[in-house]
Amino acid sequence: MYSNIVIVDAIVNTGWFDITTLSTLIVSIISIAIVLYTTYHRKSRDKFKIREIAGLKAVENAIGRATEMARPVLYTPGWGGDIQRSTTIASMNILSYVAEQTAAYGCQLVYPTHDPVIMTVAQEVIKESYTHSGYPDRFRAEDVTYVSSSQFGYAAAVDGMITRLKPASIFLLGTFEAESLILAETGNSINAIQIAGTDSTIQLAFFIVACDYTLIGEELFAASGYLSGDKSILASVRAQDIMKVLIAVFLLSAVIWETVATISGISGGSWWMF
Amino acid sequence: MNRKVPLAVCFIFGVVMFIQYFSQHPTARFVYKSILDYWQIIFAFTLILGIISFVNNNISQIKRGNNTFYRIVAISGFLIMPVVALGWGIKTGSPFMWMFENVQAPMQSTVFALLAFFVASASYRGFRARSIPATILLLSALIILLSRSNIGGIFSDYLPNIADWIRNYPSMSARRAILIGIGLGSLTTSLRVIIGIERTWLGKD
Repeated sequence: MYSNIVIVDAIVNTGWFDITTLSTLIVSIISIAIVLYTTYHRKSRDKFKIREIAGLKAVENAIGRATEMARPVLYTPGWGGDIQRSTTIASMNILSYVAEQTAAYGCQLVYPTHDPVIMTVAQEVIKESYTHSGYPDRFRAEDVTYVSSSQFGYAAAVDGMITRLKPASIFLLGTFEAESLILAETGNSINAIQIAGTDSTIQLAFFIVACDYTLIGEELFAASGYLSGDKSILASVRAQDIMKVLIAVFLLSAVIWETVATISGISGGSWWMF
Repeated sequence: MNRKVPLAVCFIFGVVMFIQYFSQHPTARFVYKSILDYWQIIFAFTLILGIISFVNNNISQIKRGNNTFYRIVAISGFLIMPVVALGWGIKTGSPFMWMFENVQAPMQSTVFALLAFFVASASYRGFRARSIPATILLLSALIILLSRSNIGGIFSDYLPNIADWIRNYPSMSARRAILIGIGLGSLTTSLRVIIGIERTWLGKD
């Protein structure tokens, strides 16, 4: 026991462990344990069902509409994120499904982006999806383009594409900033069906008003499992629900604790502010 | 093999970046800084790919006669700015700065200014009292709008207080609920990528 304390003390004193991040470490370990348990525990994986998400259910209809109208599908991940961002990864997962569908229907998929790294990854994802669908010859590298790193340069370029190409369906999925409403309103003006989703709560309000379907909060991150039906991915979505319940229980306990402490005049200690 | 190597690299770097967050040791800081430096190198190489894609795309569209005017403007802008920067520098008063201040910045401001009109048109569509929730939204919007304008005080002295209450309680609690969902979604997505369950970024199996 004494030797353990000495080791921990040594780790902290030499700077190998930053003690101020202890609470983050504890929460992270609990979260990782829940995700791993739900993912690898066979029983909990098989029982799980996910509710219907209107925005994701509409993906196939949106692509079908573009095919019937012989117009392209436009997909853009927004200006705000780079490939390190989990929202961009979530967007790539949906892109993979959309690309597979457009390949099967023979519909043009246009993907303008502000980031050359995202462009490179998107080219690979789309190319692989076209190959997986059995139509590798339908892939056109020139449809996945880098337009500009400037925020409003990007917005103007995508706006121009929307106005000239008149896509029947527009997917605005990723990290958006001030350009969100400019793009969504332009899409609305050409009567395109629009499916949007972002991690910015400010831009979500704009998307809800201007788009036909909006993926709110964790729906964007659950899309991959929802669309692919992969049980392991769906199980990790269940982990989110478990963690949400734990957070709700924690918040309620803290509120009750603090209320009782205030009413009774007893200083109970703010243990919840760890 | 084509898939195992990227998955192993992703797992190792994911775990290393997770662990280094909890350490202030110089070695951990060095690892973190080195990875960020490598990221910049990767970005520089992909930027070349992006530029090649941009130029190729525009030139092929010019050859096909698709939107030739816009394509020529795009290519001209792309060529002129680096040429004047290399030829006369980027100091104040140089041709580069003149073009930046008198061409690029006003164009960006113009696109940004469109937002004001788009907010008005989107609000007009969004704030229609078609259902009970839409009516609540409309009333909340009206209260906030009036409280932030000069004429707000004419209607009632309580208006700013009601507006603050709407922003601080119902609006903030909904926003925080969404943020918790986004945070948990980000966490599970990152874990899925690190442990290799999510492989879409590698293409299909």
